[in-house]
Amino acid sequence: MNWHLQNLTQLQNSLQQGLIDSVGLTSFFLERISQLKHLNAFLDVQPEISMAQARQADLLIREGKGGPLTGIPIAHKDVFVTKVWKSTAGSKILANYSSPFDATVVERLGLDGAGMVSLGKTNMDEFAMGSSNENSAYGPTLNPWNLERVPGGSSGGSAAAVAAGLAPIATGTDTGGSIRQPAAFCGLTGLKPTYGRVSRYGMIAYASSLDQAGPMGKNAKDCSLIMNAIAGHDPKDSSSLEKDNEDYCRYLGKPWLDKNNLVDKPLQGLRIGVPKEYFSDGLDGEVRTAVENALRAFEDLGAVCVDVSLPKTELSIPTYYVLAPAEASSNLSRYDGVRYGHRSADYKNLAQMYERSRAEGFGAEVKRRILIGTYVLSQGYYDAYYLQAQKIRRIIAQDFQNTFLECDVLMGPVAPGVAWKFSEKSSDPVQMYLEDIYTLSPNLAGLPAMSIPCGCSTSKMPIGLQIIGNYFSEARMLQIADFFQQASNWHLQQSPLLAPPASNGEVS
Amino acid sequence: MNTEEIKHLAKLSGLELNPAEIALISEEMGAILLLVGKLQAVDTAGVDPLFHPIALIEELSQPFRIDQVTETDLRDVNMACAPAVHEGLFLVPKVIE
Repeated sequence: MNWHLQNLTQLQNSLQQGLIDSVGLTSFFLERISQLKHLNAFLDVQPEISMAQARQADLLIREGKGGPLTGIPIAHKDVFVTKVWKSTAGSKILANYSSPFDATVVERLGLDGAGMVSLGKTNMDEFAMGSSNENSAYGPTLNPWNLERVPGGSSGGSAAAVAAGLAPIATGTDTGGSIRQPAAFCGLTGLKPTYGRVSRYGMIAYASSLDQAGPMGKNAKDCSLIMNAIAGHDPKDSSSLEKDNEDYCRYLGKPWLDKNNLVDKPLQGLRIGVPKEYFSDGLDGEVRTAVENALRAFEDLGAVCVDVSLPKTELSIPTYYVLAPAEASSNLSRYDGVRYGHRSADYKNLAQMYERSRAEGFGAEVKRRILIGTYVLSQGYYDAYYLQAQKIRRIIAQDFQNTFLECDVLMGPVAPGVAWKFSEKSSDPVQMYLEDIYTLSPNLAGLPAMSIPCGCSTSKMPIGLQIIGNYFSEARMLQIADFFQQASNWHLQQSPLLAPPASNGEVS
Repeated sequence: MNTEEIKHLAKLSGLELNPAEIALISEEMGAILLLVGKLQAVDTAGVDPLFHPIALIEELSQPFRIDQVTETDLRDVNMACAPAVHEGLFLVPKVIE
């Protein structure tokens, strides 16, 4: 049976009807992980633990105590700490590190929560710093669509795992696009929730005011189901917001307008803002066409497109590359070789032990960002860089609010192009930073944003459409994305590792 | 940035850099500072910094935790990944001669 082609709803039905049990499902995916090891999507797999979890999940199902996700396997980005699996955040400095506790996201999805079975930990750019997975200390993950191309980053291992059918769904984190961009590069649906909606407890910190966890899966509905399990206040994370829990599936399949009057098109009344800055010269022609076709498809569903402007889009790059490194330099000061992590074997005194342990443990991009962050926070530069960036952050966030007076959601590309080839951009850090232009602003503003597949390039690589919503509008964004997926086949395109190339998805 | 500036920055960052790294980073920092230098041109007079994104839309509460012990003694587990321990203490090189 092709269990790896089934979405979460189909797997749930298969489990409930007894067509397969969690043990069967888990061993099926573990087998695929082992067969496709060369993708380097996983950093730690412990089959006996996964199988033990599956047996417990089967027991829950038999006792009628299962929920909608019980017994379904999931892969976790290695940025979430786990007791059983190693937690390295893709860094050598945390090689062999095991956490004394599980991250809240892992706990809520696990046997004591939603009942899912963990398949292990996925590869990522070191400390989530990167857009290509080439910054992993354990070697990059390969893109299942084309092994010569990057899977995106930093959640590239999670993206590749789902795109290659090694896991039905995976968790990711997004600080400047790290869920959306790999989702776009691997043909998945990925959601970065509103900042503070999902607990950051146990997420190895990169930039604490920007980091947010979310799902990466086959479609919008699958992401809704995961959101139901992970969102909500966590007393262990003081930045998680005290908001009531909500059902992220509640709008799925319902028309946009919540009225009894007759609507002939489901998204009638929806206003889509199209920021002109997201279609500037740097955008690849094929990506532009695919995104524009998606906007036409939304119009066919009843939506109207409105031209809007986000004038500071280009400035989001320098703003982000001041703030994120500043927070990183502070967060990463904890790696001192004393309480955990790598300690150099050769040092003369305490100061040298710190400096050498960090020099040996961190990779080039991490060092670069620590240095940038230390610089912008240092005496004499703090006001000019850090404080100035925090002020521009407010302007960027306010610009979004101004556009939301004219529209309900914003749409545009996720990235300027499709997944590039390994080494193509890795020699020039600034060139790499510029690739993040469309994804950084929502993080700076704390807004929810998602990526859904909307096309395919002539190089046979998937293209992603970005949907940016206002604060706490995730359920509405998922509703919109779900309607698009009901009317199109782009999300059903399969990487060559799943099946022979499918015929092009056509928007009906 | 020149070599001396990079060395000072490395010191502040708690990172040992070899000469090849210093040369490379000196070059890269030039390009990066050019990029982030674009912020200077923006008029931010009268704009308050936004440290927490949600502060834009609602007043943030700073809830206090109830003042009670929730953690049990996990010393052994917490120290299990330490590079050097002795009788429940972290070992570091001598600080005072």
